[in-house]
Amino acid sequence: MNEALHRMGEYTLLMAKVISIPNRWSMFFKQLIKEIYKLGADSLWIVIIISIFIGTVIAIQISLNISSPLIPKFTIGYTTREIILLEFSSSIMCLILAGKVGSNIASEIGTMRVTEQIDAMEIMGVNSANFLILPKILGLMIFIPVLVIFSMFTGILGGIAASYADINGMTPSSFEYGMQFYFNSFYIGYSIIKSVVYAFIIASIASYFGYNVKGGALEVGKASTNAVVMSSIMILMADVVMTHLMLT
Amino acid sequence: MVEVKHLSKSFDGRTVLNDINALFETGKTNLIIGRSGSGKTVLLKNIIGLQRPGSGQILYDGRELTGMKKRELDLLRREMGMLFQGSALFDSMTVLENVMFPLDMFSPDSFKERQKRAMLCLERVDLLEAEHLYPSEISGGMMKRAAIARAIALKPKYLFCDEPNSGLDPKTSLLIDDLIHSITRDYRMTTIINTHDMNSVKNIGENIIFIREGILEWRGNKDEIVSSHNEALNDFIFAASRR
Repeated sequence: MNEALHRMGEYTLLMAKVISIPNRWSMFFKQLIKEIYKLGADSLWIVIIISIFIGTVIAIQISLNISSPLIPKFTIGYTTREIILLEFSSSIMCLILAGKVGSNIASEIGTMRVTEQIDAMEIMGVNSANFLILPKILGLMIFIPVLVIFSMFTGILGGIAASYADINGMTPSSFEYGMQFYFNSFYIGYSIIKSVVYAFIIASIASYFGYNVKGGALEVGKASTNAVVMSSIMILMADVVMTHLMLT
Repeated sequence: MVEVKHLSKSFDGRTVLNDINALFETGKTNLIIGRSGSGKTVLLKNIIGLQRPGSGQILYDGRELTGMKKRELDLLRREMGMLFQGSALFDSMTVLENVMFPLDMFSPDSFKERQKRAMLCLERVDLLEAEHLYPSEISGGMMKRAAIARAIALKPKYLFCDEPNSGLDPKTSLLIDDLIHSITRDYRMTTIINTHDMNSVKNIGENIIFIREGILEWRGNKDEIVSSHNEALNDFIFAASRR
């Protein structure tokens, strides 16, 4: 319990240091663009590939599990859309990104800590937390919604592709009808809002674990693992809270 | 000039520095020597403000570091340059970008002027050919020289070096020592070097303090050290020369 409180205090103090006016705006924007490219744009292909395959698999599995003649076939398209929009493209995709991006952030900052690069910044009078972490948090918060939109689009495309396989009576026309059936556009906004919160969780928690590494390479590896575990847990908890707040 | 007065520091009840008094003079290479674990790194970290002393004062030309507010400390740090044991160059930046970093953060000059200043610093350490290379693409000696160029980019009044020769061959060590020594004189800086390399002591030790188990045992210069009667210091010199 003491350890948890200590860590929460450390995290809060770090965030207070992070959220301050940058020393130089030009350097901040340079870093921000670098981080958007490195953390966000670099994850685009993995997001597209995963979304296409998962969209396809969701459609096939639902089609195989709906055998009752009382349930119309357009339910496959409807359910695929709801799963992708409500949960997969935001929460599940961000859990995957927590592994990719979170470990990247924690190991990068952790390595900078153990090789005294952060100390070098502090000696120069640079607010190292602000310079290193703020662009990562903002960069991810800006670009993750873009990734989520790509994920929704490609996930649905995967589902459409599966509908052409004619599995268990699923047809492209019934799938398309199902996708348009009782569509609630708020679900897209809901997913994007969730993803922005997840982006903050991933970047800030991973940065915290990286920034507070003590020791050597082994500790950097541990920090990276801890960052992924902790941000995944926090994403799941935030998912429950936001779903309750926004959908009920 | 940097002055340390009655500096003490403890960790978990264990005294690491005990009532240290020292004067580090301007325009000279001041050396802190001692065995590993003697407290010299802790002393250096206290002097540069990375750790807070338990008691005592650290004065930078009369300005007391320990009582400074964050803003004052940030301003003082812009007068400091630091050479770390592992060079601490930023991996994601080229050599030139590393040297330009403090200028980009704090210099009011235009980009061209900042670049010119960075190139001058690289020329000073004879590293112009490596300006576009990344730290992972250059040797340990070149990394040290690049770190020196970065440390002097903002024309600091105080230069701190933590084990500048660690991991270098004797010839490169000598080059680094000479470079630090000449830069100290040219820029009239107060340079404080943390080392246990006896070659550095004999080569550039203009003002030396010897720390043993957190206590200042001896002070003098490179000429006086060989005729010292301090038993602990002689043990240290003997052990170092046997290596």
